Amino acid sequence: MEAFTRLTSAAVPLPRPNIDTDQIIPARFLSRPREVNHGDFLFHDARRVPGTGERDPEFPLNREVFGAARIILAGRNFACGSSRESAVWALFDAGFRCAIAPSFGDIFRTNGMKNGLLPVVLPAEAVAALIGQIEAAPGAEVTVDLRTLEVTFPDGSVHGFEVDPFARHCLLEGLDEIGLTLSLEDEIAAFERRYGRENAR
Amino acid sequence: MQAEEAMSEAPRTMFEKIWERHRVLEREDGQTLLYVDRHLVHEGGAAAFAALRRRGLAPRAPERIFTVPDHYAPTDSRRLDDIRDPRHREMIEQLARNSEEHGIRHFGLGGPEQGIVHVIGPELGLSQPGMLIVCGDSHTSTHGALGALAFGIGSSEVAHVLATQTLWQRKPKTMRITVDGRLGEGVSAKDVILAIIARIGAAGATGHVIEYAGSAIAGLSMEGRLTLCNMSIEAGGRAGMVAPDELAFDYLAGRAYAPEDWEAALARWRALPSDSGAVFDAEVTLDGGAIEPMVTWGNSPEEALPIGGTVPGPEAAADAERRETLARTLDYMGLAPGMALEGLAVDRVFIGSCTNSRIEDLRAAAAVARGRRVAESVEAWVVPGSEAVKRQAEAEGLHEVFRGAGFDWREPGCSMCVGMNGDIARPGSRVASTSNRNFMGRQGPGARTHLVSPAMAAAAAVSGHFTDVRRLLAGGG
Repeated sequence: MEAFTRLTSAAVPLPRPNIDTDQIIPARFLSRPREVNHGDFLFHDARRVPGTGERDPEFPLNREVFGAARIILAGRNFACGSSRESAVWALFDAGFRCAIAPSFGDIFRTNGMKNGLLPVVLPAEAVAALIGQIEAAPGAEVTVDLRTLEVTFPDGSVHGFEVDPFARHCLLEGLDEIGLTLSLEDEIAAFERRYGRENAR
Repeated sequence: MQAEEAMSEAPRTMFEKIWERHRVLEREDGQTLLYVDRHLVHEGGAAAFAALRRRGLAPRAPERIFTVPDHYAPTDSRRLDDIRDPRHREMIEQLARNSEEHGIRHFGLGGPEQGIVHVIGPELGLSQPGMLIVCGDSHTSTHGALGALAFGIGSSEVAHVLATQTLWQRKPKTMRITVDGRLGEGVSAKDVILAIIARIGAAGATGHVIEYAGSAIAGLSMEGRLTLCNMSIEAGGRAGMVAPDELAFDYLAGRAYAPEDWEAALARWRALPSDSGAVFDAEVTLDGGAIEPMVTWGNSPEEALPIGGTVPGPEAAADAERRETLARTLDYMGLAPGMALEGLAVDRVFIGSCTNSRIEDLRAAAAVARGRRVAESVEAWVVPGSEAVKRQAEAEGLHEVFRGAGFDWREPGCSMCVGMNGDIARPGSRVASTSNRNFMGRQGPGARTHLVSPAMAAAAAVSGHFTDVRRLLAGGG
């Protein structure tokens, strides 16, 4: 996994609640292996004019000023719905490394932490203020620091956030958990001996 | 040790009991390694198997893993060769190959056990009270209806469980949703869960495991409880559960994978329900008697109203952002403020999905369809949840009822709930669907999904528009 420590970048605002993972990547693109660049599938239908396939110039992701954005800002319950990890892959492959919202779908939040995409929960008022600052100055930069657990807005204000300490450690170091858990083989085997045949069948 | 003993005497929730029983170890920061009893895998597991292969690892406990194709399963045939899209066929074949390679029990396409993973788990007795069950699918919450802790995980976590049979978790919060009273005629578990989501919102239970309680819940059938728990994720909940009781035990008795030592299992299961006095982090109560047949009107399951309701207008939106979202939703859905839901014409009807494709769902729909005809303008499908449901329905003659009424009687799979196998609706078409998500594009680009119960879906099919099923049940219309 790619490590995340600190990121300064433009942020693209999607100020809507309940943006689901079906919108982030429609189901018909889910049969591709991870090696395929999923960035092209990101908001595939949402960013196009229905019926024509043309890119909608109004959709924030299509605006040139946000072309280099690596942070996505969204309304409450971002990436709710399906557990598809390809929602994270699509964002990651399109260059995003961080998402900021008042709340996230639980599974997406976990998927993000395991794939180098940091989900940051800030209070709704703070997210609204940040979106306001970005809309006033599109392309303005935001800094997200996983070491200090702080987001710095374009106006210089600093906002703390919380991340699960274990997942934070893994993301800071770029570790994946499987290797770590495999080193706990003795504990797992001991559990299995205690547990015996319970729930084996 | 003393502290531990004191803790064990404090009243515990069912969730806490299952959590503690599966704890392999807990780190100082609270992160807990949990042991997984059952790992269910559908075609979406491909990336996880590939990740395992890259590392040169094999599944740690293949006997605890069960695989079944459902998302890409064709519903017009049982033959792989009939699948037109080679990618879809490959997803199904890959799952069979991975299962065979690792000695995993696979319920293959065309076999007698195949079906939607969340239908066959309970049906085969794989899902049992007190178990920790995971699957790379958000609707894994379904299995909680049997008193299990069951939740959906992502692909990286699927790989982790394959490799280690364990999962790192932070303890979620608990929420009890109590529904008391008697459900009215024509009101089903689907209406209950839609009413709950409408009340608490699509993120209302984020970070929580829900326990459903109260007399209206205890009064639900097993199928109804499965429907209820299924949509916990639509309320943001990590999992949903119902205390196991005699109904659950009777349901499991004699199933293919029921415990070998039944008496020992029963003794464990009887100790599972939350202790009286157990404290939940959040409590919600609803009056079951006040719940009516529900219809969603928007693109989030929280946007649901009783059938007698009207589409909300901008005055219902709290702020400019919500007004903009509402305008966009109504534009997508082809609705205008003030429109009545009843009478809204439908183009397609889909009865199926892990939410509502079990035998009781098909009986409820057939009761409405019997002696009636699907409206000329409507294409109506019934997709049974599994081969076993299909066999049972055919033994009861339900397929004849549906066919006689003009429904298409199809083969088991996820089908139009998610459209991955190509079963989708045309842009702009309005679908009465018994599935779980009314997201934009969920049933095909531009498709307009309204979530309803099986009886309400059948009522829409024969009426050509949404209507109050209670009127049809009373002999009208």
